[in-house]
Amino acid sequence: MNNQGIEIRWHGRGGQGAKSAALLLADVAFKTGAHVQGFPEYGPERMGAPITAYNRISNNEIRVHSNIYFPDLVVVVDETLLAAVDVTAGLKEDGAIIVNTAKKADEIRPLLNGYKGKVYTVDARRISVETLGKYFPNSPMLAAAVAVGKVMDTDLFISEMRASYEHKFAKKPEVIEGNMKALTKTIEELGEVL
Amino acid sequence: MRTDVNTINEKTPHEDLTEGLMMFAQATSKNFNTGEWRTNTPVFCAEKCKQCLLCAPVCPDSAIPVKDSKRSDFDYDHCKGCGICVKACPFGAIEMREGQ
Amino acid sequence: MSKKDRMSGNEAVAYAIRQINPDVMPAFPITPSTEIPQMVSTYIANGEMDTEFIPVESEHSSMSAAIGAEAAGARSLTATSSAGLALMWEELLLAASNRMPLVLALVNRTLSGPININCDHSDSMGARDTGWIQIYAENNQEAYDNFIQAYPIAEDKRVHLPVMICQDGFITSHAVENILLEEDAAVKEFVGEYNPEEFLLNPGKPIAVGPYSISSYAMEARYNQELAMENSKEVILEVAKKFKEKFGRGFELFEEYRTEDADYIMLIMGSAAGTAKQAVDDLREKGMKVGVLKLRVFRPFPAEEIAMALKNCKAVAIMDRTESYNGHGGPLASEVTAGLYRSKVMIETVCYTYGLAGRDFTVETAYEIFDELKDVAENGKKVKQHRYIGLRSKERS
Repeated sequence: MNNQGIEIRWHGRGGQGAKSAALLLADVAFKTGAHVQGFPEYGPERMGAPITAYNRISNNEIRVHSNIYFPDLVVVVDETLLAAVDVTAGLKEDGAIIVNTAKKADEIRPLLNGYKGKVYTVDARRISVETLGKYFPNSPMLAAAVAVGKVMDTDLFISEMRASYEHKFAKKPEVIEGNMKALTKTIEELGEVL
Repeated sequence: MRTDVNTINEKTPHEDLTEGLMMFAQATSKNFNTGEWRTNTPVFCAEKCKQCLLCAPVCPDSAIPVKDSKRSDFDYDHCKGCGICVKACPFGAIEMREGQ
Repeated sequence: MSKKDRMSGNEAVAYAIRQINPDVMPAFPITPSTEIPQMVSTYIANGEMDTEFIPVESEHSSMSAAIGAEAAGARSLTATSSAGLALMWEELLLAASNRMPLVLALVNRTLSGPININCDHSDSMGARDTGWIQIYAENNQEAYDNFIQAYPIAEDKRVHLPVMICQDGFITSHAVENILLEEDAAVKEFVGEYNPEEFLLNPGKPIAVGPYSISSYAMEARYNQELAMENSKEVILEVAKKFKEKFGRGFELFEEYRTEDADYIMLIMGSAAGTAKQAVDDLREKGMKVGVLKLRVFRPFPAEEIAMALKNCKAVAIMDRTESYNGHGGPLASEVTAGLYRSKVMIETVCYTYGLAGRDFTVETAYEIFDELKDVAENGKKVKQHRYIGLRSKERS
């Protein structure tokens, strides 16, 4: 994150947790003392329909209250959106895009309307199933957004997320470890390409 | 803020009206002589009255006083002369007459 | 000590309600304000406050119950948006004319149609002449701070009017942002206990509220209501001053952002003011003298104060987030220009309608408007006085 801060756009489908991931990211970035904004673009709630959510994270006060048209980072929580939504619209060439897919970045790039910046892929389904036993893409994608966007130190991220999950899942402690593993595994796997 | 509402009338300037025209008194309708509006007058005939008390509850102006389970003559300060009591009386103990 | 936190605008208002712990909250849910009664009822269920929550079957009933509770002597409030506010219409006027100091947390959403759930100011602007004080927020912090100031304004003897605390639906109500929260005890102390002088449930001191009034009294009553609205201006400023002394954050009737030497000023309300301030900083770096006048208090309307604040600029953009369907601009356009005329401030104005039904207002839009103001003032560019910005059109604007 440079001094101007970072602007992130999330693409997901209703019900997958992209909005929750954006709000969680705002929450965890706040712990670093940063100014944060996390908000979804609202319409009637429809399961499975494309949705967009946003984050602004900055060392300065954030006053802008518009959507983000020129993001530094785009996170695509559902691979099928690549065919339905222009996910790289306005994405800065020196920015990056992260796609949830089992494919390699080279295989995804041709689907990105000629985008020339960095492309990362995260196999959130495999990571999620291996660590949580179920498909919840938002923990891996959140970890990927933090690592690729250099939102905060990843060790601090991990410790803050543990505190956050312990609070959030106080009544379901059995899911905490799985979620923590999903985060660390994503960061480890990304470590090889970053 | 509490004001003697009896000091307020149609000539009172806005400064002296109560906030939101709130009334700081109860049962102020008693102070209003609606009997003055009467054009026809019910007359109570005590000999014919069986004290069934069907008349008192239908009076819209509570102008039929009831004490110790017995009605007495009309409260003409408030009776508007609507005649509902005449219709309610099964014994012809109330008669409607023209004028006040 | 203030506590740094992060939360959405709805959470911030619910948090303030918990701290104030009013006596009665009747409410009916409607997007995007639903979270407020939802969070308040959770606080109640968790024993964190003991407000009497009344789930009602409509907003007509929620406002009626709030008025009834307030008349009975209870500090009351409700929350709503859009069509919910419209359904309260008759009661809004009653709350004000009966001089009930209750508070409404309004999360601004457009009124139909076309049916839409997103933000504009058509709900509160439609209710602008119902006799309510209206205060608008730029962000979650201001929604929180304004809410804390609401009861001290409403309950002041010089006022006794209801207060609507407005924030932009979704844009601030659902956006998580940084916020400074105050301690419960400090907020309670600032707001104080509610000790009404006259109320229904007061044995031995009978009153009647909202009696029928014949023509001989009703006009005087309305005038007194108007006087209370005029009086509220100084009360709003006094409460803001006390708020600043206690919590350090200052408020006025409006905020003047870099306007002191500005040639071009944008007059705007709500969340878009923050976006406009960013545009001002960017354009100032390029040497353009621009500023923002962010209107906080729309009712009472500070007409003369606005005229004085604008008198030295060359041109002003008056920004309405609603349509009046009158052929010459929205409520701000009409009221600001009337105020300028009465104060004989003859600067150029252009009235823009923006952001209807959630249409985004961006920094780039603000640049465009400032550029146009410059063109009007310097090159005598003729523009329509009532313009839409951010509209698709075959006609190049």
